[in-house]
Amino acid sequence: MSRVTLRGWGRTTPGVATVRHASNESEITATLESSRALIARGLGRSYGDAAQVSGGTVLVSDISDVGPVDDEGVLDIGAGASLDQLLTQCIPQGWFLPVTPGTRQVTIGGAIAADVHGKNHHLDGSFARHVLEMRIVTPSGPATISPDLDGELFWATMGGMGLTGVVSSVTLKLLKIETDKVLVDTQRFSNLDEVMSEMTSGDENFRYSVAWVDCMTRGANMGRAVLTRGDHARANDVSPASLRAPAPARLTVPFDAPSGLLNRFTVQAFNEAWFRSSPRRQLAKPESISSFFHPLDGIRNWNRLYGRRGFVQYQFCVPEESSDTVRHAIEHLSSSGVASFLAVLKRFGPANPGPLSFPLPGWTLALDLPVGPASLPQLLDDLDEMIVSAGGRIYLAKDARLSPEKMRAMYPKLDAFLEVKNRVDPEHQLTSDLARRLDLVGA
Amino acid sequence: MKNAFGLPQRVVVLAGSSDIARAITKRLCAARAHTVVLAGRNQQLLEEASTEALAFGASHVETVIFDARDPSNAERTVTTSFEKGGGAVDLVVVAVGMLGDQERFQDDPALAAEMATVNFTWPVAALARVRSLLVAQGSGRILVISSVAGVRVRRAKYLYGGAKAGLDRLCVGLADSLEGTGVSMHIMRPGHVRSRMTIGEKEPPFATGVEDVADDVMRGLADRSPIIWSPPILRYVFSVLRHLPAPLWRTVTDSMGR
Ligand SMILES: Cc1cc2nc3c(=O)[nH]c(=O)nc-3n(C[C@H](O)[C@H](O)[C@H](O)COP(=O)(O)OP(=O)(O)OC[C@H]3O[C@@H](n4cnc5c(N)ncnc54)[C@H](O)[C@@H]3O)c2cc1C
Repeated sequence: MSRVTLRGWGRTTPGVATVRHASNESEITATLESSRALIARGLGRSYGDAAQVSGGTVLVSDISDVGPVDDEGVLDIGAGASLDQLLTQCIPQGWFLPVTPGTRQVTIGGAIAADVHGKNHHLDGSFARHVLEMRIVTPSGPATISPDLDGELFWATMGGMGLTGVVSSVTLKLLKIETDKVLVDTQRFSNLDEVMSEMTSGDENFRYSVAWVDCMTRGANMGRAVLTRGDHARANDVSPASLRAPAPARLTVPFDAPSGLLNRFTVQAFNEAWFRSSPRRQLAKPESISSFFHPLDGIRNWNRLYGRRGFVQYQFCVPEESSDTVRHAIEHLSSSGVASFLAVLKRFGPANPGPLSFPLPGWTLALDLPVGPASLPQLLDDLDEMIVSAGGRIYLAKDARLSPEKMRAMYPKLDAFLEVKNRVDPEHQLTSDLARRLDLVGA
Repeated sequence: MKNAFGLPQRVVVLAGSSDIARAITKRLCAARAHTVVLAGRNQQLLEEASTEALAFGASHVETVIFDARDPSNAERTVTTSFEKGGGAVDLVVVAVGMLGDQERFQDDPALAAEMATVNFTWPVAALARVRSLLVAQGSGRILVISSVAGVRVRRAKYLYGGAKAGLDRLCVGLADSLEGTGVSMHIMRPGHVRSRMTIGEKEPPFATGVEDVADDVMRGLADRSPIIWSPPILRYVFSVLRHLPAPLWRTVTDSMGR
């Protein structure tokens, strides 16, 4: 037990809390019973204040056994295990995560709490679709839940940011793969409309699809982009048809860079260089799983490049019929002149019943913005307005700045969520700095 | 809770009816502050400040009455303000202070002591309570309104400047003591600010308005600057002024007015 300063990946909102570890369900229960304010924490890859509770208790689950995979691809795994652990063990046996976020350094518990999505959401949905059941410890006791067993609690937990309880173990269904390679098509587009229309018409032919968009260039080339799409290589597509575990990070950023290092000029130069170095068109190029899914995992602590002030990630989604909002948001950003690295643009498929689950059918855009420009807070508030009127929302796993009013407007099923939370947590013990900021503690 | 840009949602303002405090409060309310507790001496001015806070976006405003001439009420004032805040307080603004009338006060021991009490002793007592409440919370920020008058104390304002110097220096140490607690401190050093407090004073160079001060505060909160100068150029001006030989310092500052 120790008091520790905790932050999210964006390093913007420090808070001090007591950290406790639990290695089984009864230790989780005991910690819950002795804490007034508690939240679970995984690997701290959420960007804001979701996995911390100032002045309270932060629980880290050490339950991280990765069970054997059966013939159907079904696996029991501790919620404290990382996706990296899972992949290291399962890729050599020919199994892969059905949904993976842009980093392997995420726990199963964190993947559930954020109901994470990957490059295949348009076809395979979010993490929830592949969870058969899980064990959760709530202030009202431990329970096994699934879509059929207390489905209300199951769905409130998927995307519920840890506020319904501490997940201890999970039963997942994995995806069969024949090799550790992905065959990738790459295509360059000189503006946003072109890339969006190609994604609308062509994405369904690819399991994985994502576009990297330059949000700093204005005029005719606004939103120029590089689209990468692909699927797992079959055994006869590549030789050798290896199944190797991902390699650990080789580089590390040992200390904070100066806060001004990433400014509009350096970032613009980077974007330019990146765009020019991408192939105009390239088909079926074999790439390793790591470089395709987790390109940033090669450099440990890359978030330190943003310096002491840190950075925010702004990720929103809007429904299909509001696809114009993507263009308006990029216009607004590029004309404001704030620095933003390549943004990630994706299509989302159908939503699930989770009241706080983020994805809804349409588009999502995510961008990293260094804290610094005086105009940034207002700029993002303006974008919030646009997103609300488009019927879209902000991703809580990335958020560090939304207001409670906007949260409510973006998540119309918030009251249904709070009802379930109040049922399992009548004393409102489960809370986080994010929950306090956005009024999700319950009443 | 505060957000990534240092914008607080729940704020306590000690001396909430001062012009600088009001300008800062308005900005905070326009951004994210929904709950504001204004503590001050004059009920009527507090009411005005409350109305303003509501007009700028707060949804809940409370007031607390105190008199900074009596440090024995500091603990209660802070405790009550936190209670009325109804949850974790993200930012405490300490804007307590009085400029006084140097010529009249300097030869009167009681009035000279009062200058020290209002500008130094009361804030120190209040900060002791604020510190322990915020450290227990594990989060929060303190913004203390100091003054460039305390950076190098001049003869025409030594009662005010001397007390501010004490407060400022104390806060530098207090800020260091907060390392690792989740609580942090901003020391704000404004130059001459046009406000009710300075009406009738001769204006020195780099005089500024309360709205500009509020802008500089917002920037400082976002940047997590431990020291906020307003206007920012004063940082450089004073790095020269503080090293002037005394006779030259007297000539320069006397020309700035009484
Ligand atoms: C480089 C990078 C790329 C990313 N790419 C994507 C992406 O492509 N798609 C995507 O969806 N997300 C993405 N993310 C976000 C990330 O997947 C989520 O924030 C995820 O929740 C982080 O998991 P974590 O283990 O680090 O959890 P933490 O950040 O520690 O916690 C996140 C939330 O999970 C809760 N939690 C953790 N463990 C448990 C548990 N055992 N029981 C209950 N609740 C728990 C916490 O309370 C908190 O609310 C990315 C993040 C980074 C840094």
